[in-house]
Parts: sequence; C-alpha cells; structure tokens
Amino acid sequence: MLSCKDVTHKISQSQDRTLTLHDRIGVKLHLLICYACRRFVRQLTILTAASRRALSENSTLELDDKPLPEAARQRIRERLDQTARTPGTPD
Amino acid sequence: MTATDPKRWLQEHGDYLYRYALRQLRDSALAEDMVQETLLAAWQSADSYTGQAAEKTWLTGILKHKIIDCLRKQLREAPVDDITALSDSAAESGIDQLFDARGHWITPPRNWGSPHKTLENHQFVEALQRCLERLKPTLARVFTLKEISGNSNEEICGELGISASNCGVLLYRARMGLRQCLEVLWSPDRSGGGN
Repeated sequence: MLSCKDVTHKISQSQDRTLTLHDRIGVKLHLLICYACRRFVRQLTILTAASRRALSENSTLELDDKPLPEAARQRIRERLDQTARTPGTPD
Repeated sequence: MTATDPKRWLQEHGDYLYRYALRQLRDSALAEDMVQETLLAAWQSADSYTGQAAEKTWLTGILKHKIIDCLRKQLREAPVDDITALSDSAAESGIDQLFDARGHWITPPRNWGSPHKTLENHQFVEALQRCLERLKPTLARVFTLKEISGNSNEEICGELGISASNCGVLLYRARMGLRQCLEVLWSPDRSGGGN
C-alpha cells in the first residue's frame, strides 16, 4: 500500500509522464480512502494551472505595473542604432 | 518608418516583453537583456515574419525561445553540488517534515476551493509570485522551464547531466515547496494572511 508521501511523489510524476499501470492503480486505491491526498491532487492541479498563467498569460501581464526602465530603453535604442550602422545587417 | 522598425517595436511592445521576461526570469537585468536580444533577432529575421500572427505574438514567440535558452544556460552553470544535492531523493528536505514516520500527512492539505474560483483569485496569484521568488533558484528555474517549454523531463534535464528521474525529483521538490509556501502565505477564505 502506498503511503501519502509516496502518493504525492507519484501525483507529481503524473504531471510529467504517464504512470505505469501498477502505479495508477496504487494511486487510485489510495485516493479512494484518503481525503487528504484528494485535496493534494486538487491543490497541485490549481498550482500548475495558476503557474502557467502567472508565468506567461496575456491578461495578467497587461495589468502588471512594471514598465521597462527608461535607462534600459535608451540602451536598447543605442544598440539598435549601432546595429543599423554596421554593414551586413538589415536596414 | 517602415513595417520592420525595431524602435517602434521597442516603443509599442517593450513593456510587455520586459514583463514577460521578468515573470519567468525574476531578474530585471536579465529581462532587459532578453528584450534587447529579442528585438535584434526579430530584426535579423524580419523577412520570415509573414504577418500571419500579430506582431506582439511574433515577438513574444522569439522572446520565449530566448528565455528558454537563458534558463538552460543558468541551470548548466549552476554549481554541480547544488543540482546533485537537490535531485538526490535521499537528501534532507522540507518534504520529510510534512509526513510522519509511516508517510502519513502530519497536517493534511487545506481545501483551496474550486480550481476555477481560485485561479481567478488575485491574492492567490500574488502569493504564487512571491512563492516563486522564495523558492531555491535552481528549483524555480527547472519548474519555470518545465511549465513554459512543455518539454519532457528528458529534454529538460538531459543536457544538465542528470537523469529524467532525478529531474522528476527536482520538479517534485519545486511543486512541494510552492504548495507548502502557498499553504502559509495564502488563505482560501481571505481572512488575511497566515491561517
């Protein structure tokens, strides 16, 4: 019988690859009788979905208040000018 | 002013690209570099831009590749001991403290509510950002790489010289770390911090 600790590791693995049939059955049986691990599964689902969103989703980025600092903007502009003057680069 | 004007891209999309990079790298100097590299690369390959995708989407696609390269480079340059220690399943970690000797939860996970509602919860998202910042940098990088690239563990960890299974341990540690941090920082009933 898998312990709760084992199950948390298997659930994490299941996000990256398909578990073996043996593990899938072991996890299913454990979840049937363990409300704590059922909650863990839900937490991990939320965590993964929220992370994907927080890392790159449009809507949350539009609301973010961190602008590109003016100094960096200026530096990048100069770098682009430099590149424009170098032969062999697009005009 | 032409259609492929990198200065206009900087003007119009600079903030967006910077935020995107900052979210994933959590380092402002690196994020600034990524914006610059993206604009330069986009300029070089402007011919390949078909106009099918929105300009911002096209630039973000290039940026994403730059960020993935950057995360890989950071991980490759991480001290070997760090990676080894973190991916060694026998190593001491905060995870053991969550379970008793028989592997049962000491404190059962809290109910985070319905996924749909929690995902829309602004405080949850903020807490998650803070937790990502608190996570050990190596773990945060592996986790970020996994979530943004969608690659298999073999692809992510292959070039770092650690096995897919050790890579799985790193991701497990990262997820458990974030989960535990959220248990502390976020309260589902919004009764204020802590519990």
